[in-house]
Amino acid sequence: MKIVVMCGMGLGTSAILKVNAERALERLEIDASVQATDVAGVRAAAADAQVILTSSELVDAIGKTNADVIVINNYFDVDELVVKLEIALGS
Amino acid sequence: MPLPHLPLDAITIGAHADGWPAAITAAGDALVRSGAATSAYTERMIEVIREFGAYIVIAPGLALAHARPGADVLMDGLCVVTLAEPVAFGHPHNDPVSVIVGLAVTSADDHLQFVAELANVFNDPTVIPALAGATTAEFVQSVFGTTAS
Repeated sequence: MKIVVMCGMGLGTSAILKVNAERALERLEIDASVQATDVAGVRAAAADAQVILTSSELVDAIGKTNADVIVINNYFDVDELVVKLEIALGS
Repeated sequence: MPLPHLPLDAITIGAHADGWPAAITAAGDALVRSGAATSAYTERMIEVIREFGAYIVIAPGLALAHARPGADVLMDGLCVVTLAEPVAFGHPHNDPVSVIVGLAVTSADDHLQFVAELANVFNDPTVIPALAGATTAEFVQSVFGTTAS
């Protein structure tokens, strides 16, 4: 399973989201890889991904995708990530 | 890699900003003061928000100001600015912002571990309000686990 985290530049904010998404997946005992990317790279990165995690500000920049797009409000709130990932991944 | 050193001159308490560009500029000034970046980096941090929006407001009250590595980044650096009056960045959930953490990195590949450390600090939900109410730079240093100046 693959999860993509996207921010404007693919570093900094997406790296924080990646770290905390991995913590949430560990708590859910879900085995998945988490890849950080930027707006320019999201289409390629998400081609084989189940889920894209990003900010509400960047949803429109994703364009067409088969992945579930999940908006994260507080990047430091692992509980928010656990709840939203659990719903999206249906476990 | 631990968090980069957070020297006292990279911390501004109670800055006055009349809008988000002034708030980002205060963070850029702190990075310039501490020797991490030149003022060109400040302009690039502002450009990121103009291009992509307020997505850098990643938690209630907190903006992570940053741009890509570049010639205007002199060394890895961190700065913290608290605002006397919170400022709206245009984020639907996390406005208004009262704490800005500025980040300058020399290499995109090497910064992951250091961002993990940042996550460790801020995963404690009491940290943002504590920083917002900080009255001394020394207190801010202690929150980030660095006391040397």
